[in-house]
Amino acid sequence: MPHKVGIVATGQTKHTAKRTDINLRELITEAVTRALDDAGLRMSDIDAVMLGNMEPFEGFMLPELWSVEGWGGLGKPAMKFNTGGTVGTSTAIAAYYFAASGIYDTILAVGFEKQSEGHTQTAITTVGDPLWERTMMAGAIGNFAVMASTYVHESGVTEEHAAKIAVKSRRNACNNEYAHLQMPNLTVEEVLASPYLAYPVRRLDFCPQSDGACALVLATEAKAKKLAPQPAWIKAVATAHEQQYMGDSPRRLADMRSQRAASQRVYKACGISDPVRDLDVAEIYEVATYAELAMYENLGFCAPGQSGKLIDHGVTTMSGQLPVNPSGGVLATNCIGATAMIRVAEAALQIMGKAGKRQVPGAKLALATGYGGNAWTDALILGRE
Amino acid sequence: MDREVTLPAPEQVAILGAVQTRYEAGKPHQTYNELVHEVVDQLLAETGVALREIQSIVSASQDFFDGRTISGMAINEVAGGYLNSESKIAGDGIQALLYGAARILAGAYDLTLVVAHCKESEGQFHQITSTMFDPYVERPLGLDEHIAAALQARRFLSVAGAAEADLAAVSRKNHRHAMKNPLARRSGDFSIEHILASAEIVSPLRDLLAGPITDGACAILLGSPERARAPRRPVSWIAGMGSSTDAYWTDRELAASAALAQAAERAFAAAGIRKPLDDLHVVELSARYAHEELLYLDALGFGNGAAAKARLAAGDFDLGGKLPVNPSGGALTGNPTCVAGLARVAEIHLQLTAAAGQRQVKDARTGLAHGTSGICGQSQTVVILRGDAPQRP
Repeated sequence: MPHKVGIVATGQTKHTAKRTDINLRELITEAVTRALDDAGLRMSDIDAVMLGNMEPFEGFMLPELWSVEGWGGLGKPAMKFNTGGTVGTSTAIAAYYFAASGIYDTILAVGFEKQSEGHTQTAITTVGDPLWERTMMAGAIGNFAVMASTYVHESGVTEEHAAKIAVKSRRNACNNEYAHLQMPNLTVEEVLASPYLAYPVRRLDFCPQSDGACALVLATEAKAKKLAPQPAWIKAVATAHEQQYMGDSPRRLADMRSQRAASQRVYKACGISDPVRDLDVAEIYEVATYAELAMYENLGFCAPGQSGKLIDHGVTTMSGQLPVNPSGGVLATNCIGATAMIRVAEAALQIMGKAGKRQVPGAKLALATGYGGNAWTDALILGRE
Repeated sequence: MDREVTLPAPEQVAILGAVQTRYEAGKPHQTYNELVHEVVDQLLAETGVALREIQSIVSASQDFFDGRTISGMAINEVAGGYLNSESKIAGDGIQALLYGAARILAGAYDLTLVVAHCKESEGQFHQITSTMFDPYVERPLGLDEHIAAALQARRFLSVAGAAEADLAAVSRKNHRHAMKNPLARRSGDFSIEHILASAEIVSPLRDLLAGPITDGACAILLGSPERARAPRRPVSWIAGMGSSTDAYWTDRELAASAALAQAAERAFAAAGIRKPLDDLHVVELSARYAHEELLYLDALGFGNGAAAKARLAAGDFDLGGKLPVNPSGGALTGNPTCVAGLARVAEIHLQLTAAAGQRQVKDARTGLAHGTSGICGQSQTVVILRGDAPQRP
């Protein structure tokens, strides 16, 4: 039987376009120190460290080894994950398995990215097969534009629906002291007036590039109960991959087979039959507004083609039945190696009742997702019990 | 060490099978996902497991060598990853093995496929490995993995009181061992003089004192005790695992490896090994450079530089000696980055299941596999395996 594992502490940097005041190592230290302080722990209490980063984005191979003092790694077992957009959740899930296995009791998980010191879109273009797909790749934007076009065509969502998502995200971000894009007065009209990056995706439909880091402390049951009055217990984890070629995953934003598979697995493990009713909050990895709409149906929040209605009726806003991304989500902050881990950290804060101004009152069950690579998904359910 | 970190219950994770490609200077006829397909296909055939039974995969590869962001992506479908759980470590494959073992121990999966690949021939070793270095101060100096290793070798020779001929003795042993390994990239009965006359890379490193550019892949199938109970062939068991991280290369004594000593201490404690020289029957070290083998033997407690040298000279580490080290020939004879450590585990598995052919160590029941990554071995991992099958005659 797996050991019960809880998240007992989190730490984030103030995410921003350029952290010129500190280097990568110091960026990591900022998040790690906050997580350790949050848990009341020192590095000597940590058994192992799991790290996540997309090293090609900064052109820096094994940056965690250069940064070892930044995460207190001397003498520690450690390994580094790099799985694309999902890296933060892949790293958190690895930390979960290592704790659940009983190999380690107290684990530090760290995700980090300093995009201002690299060129992310150049690196993302190399995701495609070098012979068949790379010549057609144009970073993440072109990819999501193709997907969004398909989704608009098939679901009937409008640019206004997408703009409402953009506004929800950047306004929610105002309640999150760590968020990058905070726009308290953003309106649907302003979103619709922002220029197209690639049709139908406008500038305000897309996430920013951020510098930032996130850290979690995970512990097995007895330790977790000592370290936190209310740990965020990890109730289920799942990962599902798409195939590598775009042509093998047709209608992939409309279908998102990996997102359906991963979410259904964690719902089943937790006895969730109606996620909008059963979940209290969701922190999902939405790179673009259209992706969030598509994810509503692929995560089972609504019937196919009904995602526009969900935002029209305010179901996923802070006052709705299932607030989605109270933190502002990826549309407000995207420091890729950390982004999916921030979803987990934010979900954990909600469960622990420590989310401050963005707290969903009484949140007992939360979903966190990661999304990346060629349309693949990580999903975790955190809960109070 | 801050605390003892041990396996909760040894021998709960079995290695059901291990397959490697032949290691070659280049494999222009195969893409890297085809290399993975080759080893996975053979592994499934040998273990009698169907691809659809694989729901958990941990891979190890390096985006910079693959020239591709998320280098694990292209191997997903050939490794059974479609709609399943694959995760990727950017580091040595032996760490992927650790994570795979954790997934089994957590009761999440009864099978986990672990796979590592690299085609060093398709990149420029200097350009790629230069990106490991501090970007602000060191990278403009033109450093790369070979140059850092050469500086470490020079420091080791000085501190250990060793000579270049001692490094050549390591190379001679390993290349002779590799003659018995049909998968080996480079082998031969080279004289000390011949080795010391081979082309200089960076003084004191020479061609035959450094692992060559190599392409290859390795896959290992891990299973729960239930999966191991009715095997079609002998299995080996993970008896102990340990890993540790050292300081960045410019912030530590390069002639020693504190991280390896810690990793070994943790793995030995978990496996109940008290006298490594007596309790172990075979050792496979990830030593791409000849000096690393002596340095790592020292860190493992097999004697300081002088003692390890003397044991080497006495033939203790030879196939047929007291404790054979790298009977496969090891990384010095050619195993690529990311693959080397997992290949060490594969070799120990073959030894413990009496499947190592001409390089078989007689009556090997307990073995040590070692992996490393980073500049001058900054990250260190040790895995202890035990066999349980009756040895074939």
